[in-house]
Amino acid sequence: MSAATSNPVPAQGEFARFASRFAEDRVAVFGLCLLVVIVAMALLAPFISPQNPYDLGRVDIMDSRQPPGTKAGDGFAMLLGSDGMGRDLFSSILYGLRISLTVGVLSGVLAATLGLVLGLIAAYAGGRIETLIMRIVDLQLSLPSVLVALILVALLGKGIDKIILALVVVQWAYYARTVRGSALVERRKEYVEAARSLGLSHARTVFRHILPNCLAPVIVIATVQTAHAISLEATLSFLGVGLPQTEPSLGVLIANGFQYMLSGKYWISFFPGLALLLTIVAINLVGDRLRDVLNPRLEK
Amino acid sequence: MLAFVIRRLAQAFFVVVAMVVLVFFGTYVIGDPVWMMVPGDATQEQVEEVRRTFGFDQPVYIQFLTFLGDVLRGEFGRSYVHGSSAIGLILDRMPATLELALAALILAIVIGIPLGLFAGLKPDHPVSRGIMAVSILGFSLPTFWVGLMLIMLFSVMLGWLPATGRGPVISILGIETSLFSLEGWRHLFLPALNLALLKISLVIRLTRSGAREASLQDYVKFARAKGLSPRRIIGVHILKNIMIPIVTVLGLEFGSLVAFSVVTETIFAWPGMGKLLLEAIQRLDRPLIVGYVMVVVLLFVTINLIVDILYSALDPRVRLTGSQS
Repeated sequence: MSAATSNPVPAQGEFARFASRFAEDRVAVFGLCLLVVIVAMALLAPFISPQNPYDLGRVDIMDSRQPPGTKAGDGFAMLLGSDGMGRDLFSSILYGLRISLTVGVLSGVLAATLGLVLGLIAAYAGGRIETLIMRIVDLQLSLPSVLVALILVALLGKGIDKIILALVVVQWAYYARTVRGSALVERRKEYVEAARSLGLSHARTVFRHILPNCLAPVIVIATVQTAHAISLEATLSFLGVGLPQTEPSLGVLIANGFQYMLSGKYWISFFPGLALLLTIVAINLVGDRLRDVLNPRLEK
Repeated sequence: MLAFVIRRLAQAFFVVVAMVVLVFFGTYVIGDPVWMMVPGDATQEQVEEVRRTFGFDQPVYIQFLTFLGDVLRGEFGRSYVHGSSAIGLILDRMPATLELALAALILAIVIGIPLGLFAGLKPDHPVSRGIMAVSILGFSLPTFWVGLMLIMLFSVMLGWLPATGRGPVISILGIETSLFSLEGWRHLFLPALNLALLKISLVIRLTRSGAREASLQDYVKFARAKGLSPRRIIGVHILKNIMIPIVTVLGLEFGSLVAFSVVTETIFAWPGMGKLLLEAIQRLDRPLIVGYVMVVVLLFVTINLIVDILYSALDPRVRLTGSQS
């Protein structure tokens, strides 16, 4: 790995090989395209959405609860209808995606960092430290994530930072367990011994030499966990204990539509849920393929 | 075997103690509970009075010992909202939740195993591909949204099934249940299906991989060579051998069904303890939250313990590898 980073030519070759293997599965390529489109739409929301749904001057209460396709007072067609406050649902979904993706990715990155560091320490240090860390991981993994997250937000309160903290707490253990598993194998290899004999510090050996060789399974876990985090955030927000109305993620939008559901106004909950589903499916399709491509056992 | 049981018991005990400590620090030390009990315009004297009455002026270790004593007696105080004993409220609601989880488990088995068997025995059949695609979707679908869509489709549009509530219950052996009446099942079906979705996907995958593996084994070839009917080979030889992992996983998943029922119960207004928890969280009803957490942790630890011991009784290899590590 260190040879590959110091010399860009084989690294590119490696990436091209990886990309062509990934592309062998058409479903996964479809998932990747879908994901790119979703992320692009979320990033470009202020430019492509017909309405800023949180600009009170643009929203007209007279447009509320209109079925898909109705023309708004401003003249644009509300493709997916409008919600109870007269906001264009398509625009709300684009803005909601931004929040959902931010929460998912941010909590994933933080949990991965925490899990990586603790997992590497456990594998490298061994002994009591390893036992302690892994016992906490076992305890964490034996409890269902939705329950732990619920209890945490109950204690911490609402807000985007608190939700991210709760999601980090439920996720880090998966990373720690995975990283420890591969780091245990790596640390017995000769290159680690070589690095130590060269007089490199423990920290350098762990983070520059062992860590890069443990990353493949982490990438797979990261995709699955990000999808899981997005879903979990939506669940908590739907239950009314996640994000507040001022941070309207997809889960909040679905929750807002719930009250109109029984009177047959399905679209207010249906379309945000569909957006959530497509996002999760896209991420999972990519993750599934990554698992196959990065699995050394399947390599010929 | 005895050593294994004792070791597992010690582990279970450790988990419970760890959870008690975590819950105590989570609920009693982070944040001042007094401010949740007194009205916003309370005077300093009133605040101090509440602090003394509930023992919050004591040192932390005294408070912890008091809390420990309360937990051992199964006493978590009175619910701030309902005014009655927290543990009593939870136990009152428990049968409804367990019934829902049980019904979901039954659905997962009844739907998942036949589909998984089919997909495992005929892996190249187009129907099998369809089954696997659906099971992948089942892992991706956000449970709460599926619940909404089920209500939309079956209750609002088609009007076949009721959307909310538990329906009439029949008392059998002192336990009120809706498992034994048609009207009860009409209320139970949608929430149970919603709760079961993830588990159906799981059972399909487990059964499929188990069946694929087993159908290549020598004993299956031998049974076929002996001229046994395919039905007997599948029903007796294959199914029997793949049941151990399925039963184990389902046993462990029962706990997560109970936990996930918080979501399902809220959507379908099912009067179980999950809905109780959510209401308690929204109203900051601390004794109820603590009581729920302790009850569920105990339930979890007990289930894990029973499954582990049963598993090691069925498969001695687990015991042996366990003692080596």
